[in-house]
Amino acid sequence: MSSLTASNEHATSAKAATIQPAWVRILHWTNAFAMVLMIMSGWRIYNASPLFDFTFSNAITIGGWLGGALLWHFAAMWILMVNGLIYLALGLATGRFRRKLLPITASGVIDDTRAALTGKLSHDDLTRYNHVQKLLYAGVIVIGVLVVLSGLAIWKPVQLQWLTALFGGYPIARYVHFFCMAAIVAFMVVHVALALIVPKSLRAMITGR
Amino acid sequence: MARKRFIIPGVDTKLLVRDAAKVMPDLTRRRFITGGASLGALTLLTGCDVVDSSSAEEMLKQVSKFNDAVQGWMFNPNALAPTYPESMITKPFPFNAYYGLDEAPEIDGKTWKLEVRGLVDNKKSWRLDELYALPQVKQVTRHICVEGWSAIGSWTGTPLRDFLKLIGADTKAKYVWFQCADKDGYNSPLDMMTALHPQTQMTFKFADDILPRAYGFPMKIRVPTKLGFKNPKYVISMEVTNDYKGGFWEDMGYNSFSGS
Repeated sequence: MSSLTASNEHATSAKAATIQPAWVRILHWTNAFAMVLMIMSGWRIYNASPLFDFTFSNAITIGGWLGGALLWHFAAMWILMVNGLIYLALGLATGRFRRKLLPITASGVIDDTRAALTGKLSHDDLTRYNHVQKLLYAGVIVIGVLVVLSGLAIWKPVQLQWLTALFGGYPIARYVHFFCMAAIVAFMVVHVALALIVPKSLRAMITGR
Repeated sequence: MARKRFIIPGVDTKLLVRDAAKVMPDLTRRRFITGGASLGALTLLTGCDVVDSSSAEEMLKQVSKFNDAVQGWMFNPNALAPTYPESMITKPFPFNAYYGLDEAPEIDGKTWKLEVRGLVDNKKSWRLDELYALPQVKQVTRHICVEGWSAIGSWTGTPLRDFLKLIGADTKAKYVWFQCADKDGYNSPLDMMTALHPQTQMTFKFADDILPRAYGFPMKIRVPTKLGFKNPKYVISMEVTNDYKGGFWEDMGYNSFSGS
């Protein structure tokens, strides 16, 4: 028992310099690539039958036309889903989700939000997420699961009709899919902006340190 | 659901042509899938030309074939598309095609015949009154367009599997291939599994009335387990075959199985 504790401590101190392990970095950038393909092809698909009174500029979409965008969307979905499943499995199995993302408390989120807005939030220790980070990272994982499930509900409203029904039917599932996309894009804007403001966090996601 | 982009009988057909043009690929450009705008955006994003457009197109075609296989595997021949009460029928039901309603085929029901070809025992052509004499069923289901919109409609006709049995079709063949009277010759293959699905129907009526010109007079194939473009209208022939003969939209890049 004592030797186990000792070896754990040893491992922890030896790896202390590694902020983002290799599996996190590989899955992160694969996800980023797939997510961008899904969003840009998805905008083109949206344009074929817009839910709202606007369309996305074709210049920021991929596929060239609806059929091409659908091919990209239904190809990139495999990367997104397989990568996402590996991420969820490893996140749970390694205890990373529990260690990094929990607990999230309301008071912690409020305090850290206040600290962030007044410029007092510290980023000295990149191995520990503040409560706002925890909330956003946990939140975007949940949204990521929802965007895939609502997408499957739209793709297979007969074969997976129980799933489509869970989202309130085909037309509502389309709105859910859209709003999940919007939430992910909003997250990406904040996430990328903050990564550029704190460049060492970006470096950690590339080199691990 | 009746929105301004739906062209319905008596409504602005210019809008429809514009919308149809919007979703059509540039036919003069061979590499429609990875056309300029798409690669431009990706190049802009990554700062490098990550994909050669013809190899990307080839890769996407292969994935689409893989997706055909996955959907065939997911397809449950006993799973029925949800049905709805008549009060939920979308009114007016949209007309949608790659041409305006004034260009829709005008077919004389008295001279029209359904031609039957391929792996069937009885290749006789069928007059409309002969088809009308077959037992019919009504179903209210959701039509889902590849563009994303959907509408609930009421379709009445003969289950295709009953007709296939009647003409002695080889139901072990891979496809039933439909040819239509639309301008530019619409056609579409239907996998046999789906052709034998209990809800796949040779449709003669919409909302209890003889199928109007807008919805495919004299006959459409209603397939509630497929996207709308796999529901051919103005059908003039069906062929039972083991060959994949392609289809109007399928050849341009829409996924061939396109199951719901």
